[in-house]
Amino acid sequence: MKTVDTEQIYRDYVRSQTRQRWFVFGAQIGLFALFLAIWEWTARMGWINVLIFSYPSKVWSLFWEKLLDGSLLPHIFATVLETIVGFLLGTIFGTLVAILIWWSPFLSRVLDPYLVIANSMPKVALGPLFIVGLGPGLLSIIGMACSVSIIITTLVVYTSFKEVDQNYIKVVRTFGASKRQMFSLVILPATMPTIISTLKVNVGLSWIGVIVGEFLVSKQGLGYLIVYGFQVFNFTLVMVSLVVVAVVATLMYQAVAYLERKLTNQFK
Amino acid sequence: MIHLSSTPAKIELCHVTHLYVTPTSAFMAVKGIDLRVEEGEFICLVGPSGCGKTTLLSLIAGLERPTAGKVLIDGKEVTGTTRRVGYMLQHDYLFSWRNIEDNVLLGLEIQGMKNAENIEYALYLLEEMGLGEFRKAYPGQLSGGMRQRVALVRTLACQPDVLLLDEPFSALDYQTKLKLEDLIIATLRKHKKTAILVTHDLSEAVAMGDRLFVLERNPGRIRKEVIVPEPIRQALPLHARNEVGFTQLFREVWKEMEGDTVENS
Repeated sequence: MKTVDTEQIYRDYVRSQTRQRWFVFGAQIGLFALFLAIWEWTARMGWINVLIFSYPSKVWSLFWEKLLDGSLLPHIFATVLETIVGFLLGTIFGTLVAILIWWSPFLSRVLDPYLVIANSMPKVALGPLFIVGLGPGLLSIIGMACSVSIIITTLVVYTSFKEVDQNYIKVVRTFGASKRQMFSLVILPATMPTIISTLKVNVGLSWIGVIVGEFLVSKQGLGYLIVYGFQVFNFTLVMVSLVVVAVVATLMYQAVAYLERKLTNQFK
Repeated sequence: MIHLSSTPAKIELCHVTHLYVTPTSAFMAVKGIDLRVEEGEFICLVGPSGCGKTTLLSLIAGLERPTAGKVLIDGKEVTGTTRRVGYMLQHDYLFSWRNIEDNVLLGLEIQGMKNAENIEYALYLLEEMGLGEFRKAYPGQLSGGMRQRVALVRTLACQPDVLLLDEPFSALDYQTKLKLEDLIIATLRKHKKTAILVTHDLSEAVAMGDRLFVLERNPGRIRKEVIVPEPIRQALPLHARNEVGFTQLFREVWKEMEGDTVENS
């Protein structure tokens, strides 16, 4: 009878897993390359309207041109700044409101219908009000980014506060904890994973607020570039902006995901 | 049942009645409870579910105020939670985001008593329970029995005189449970604590308690007091189960409980 070689079986397993990962990665790259190739080819053959859809090599060269003459970076910088500030403010204020209504059940009942309405309201519809109130600039764009994420943050975080097992509260109450201690020792640490995962959602929401805000304000930023490119019928510029938005938004999302893993490691 | 005595008892309940009110109804959890516990005694409350055992613990702990009647500790009325009373729940409810040491020091932290001397005492208790090497571990890395021992240390670290135990063994496997029973009795005797244990395990109650109160439900009230004879009392729970008279006492308490079930069904 052959003996079972544990080491060998483990090595084979690792190898097959590695191979599988490379296959997946290869397929992903291949799919992207295929997409670019078909886009480029159909454009050059004149099968799609180049004026509207542009094509990869043109998008790439415009990107380089704009990057080198220094006209792209300020737009990226403005948009990233607005998004980060908007998403931080939305998350912080949303959490603060959640804490407030957790603290006062009376306030929670009073505010309940207002929260429902505010949540159902499409926040970008408030755009004109922000521009009138905060001026056509950075502030109103940040205001929009913030308004998109703040209510949903409040609702999600407040719900997670309420879902904390009452027995944990009972433990600290038997030690004579004050409401403040209940919050800082139980509620906040227990819901930290939820709060951090709302960050991830809020990054995406803030992008919506910022891009729409820049559409309306039309001064600078990637949203402005998209609208400008559309108005002067330069769709290559629109494509460049969209690609940059996709890349930067993904990077930001990954950064938050990394932060989430770091901070919630010990909760498992 | 009420012992007339001039010195105040450690714990005393005088005609305690408690109601839970909901929007649809008011439910009487316990009615007219009179109970007296002397210092250093180990009392067991047994009875069917819904007989108000946990309610009584909540009232003694000061988590709730009785609707009528009084709860006294050392002759003083209980108006809220105090440091003198420790409470242990059915599950350990250790905080997964704190390591064992920080979990154990939770009570001291809340009470603003986290000084060098108290920390040392808490760590000594941890050592005594055989958990010294797990100080920096997280609760997720420990077994159920170990976690419940940590919960016991967390409670004892605040040095309460009175310990309330709400079915602390029910979620453990049988062997762990027997070991923990012995450990708790030995620890409480050593530190001279007064304790009230709520359980629905009759053999546990007879093996651990000095006195038993059999409760009945709808509304919760005391049906019978059972005094455990000296030899069974003295032995640690594991050996108490082998003492002469244990089985007989067990049957007696069993019959009392059965009576309740028959009447109510």
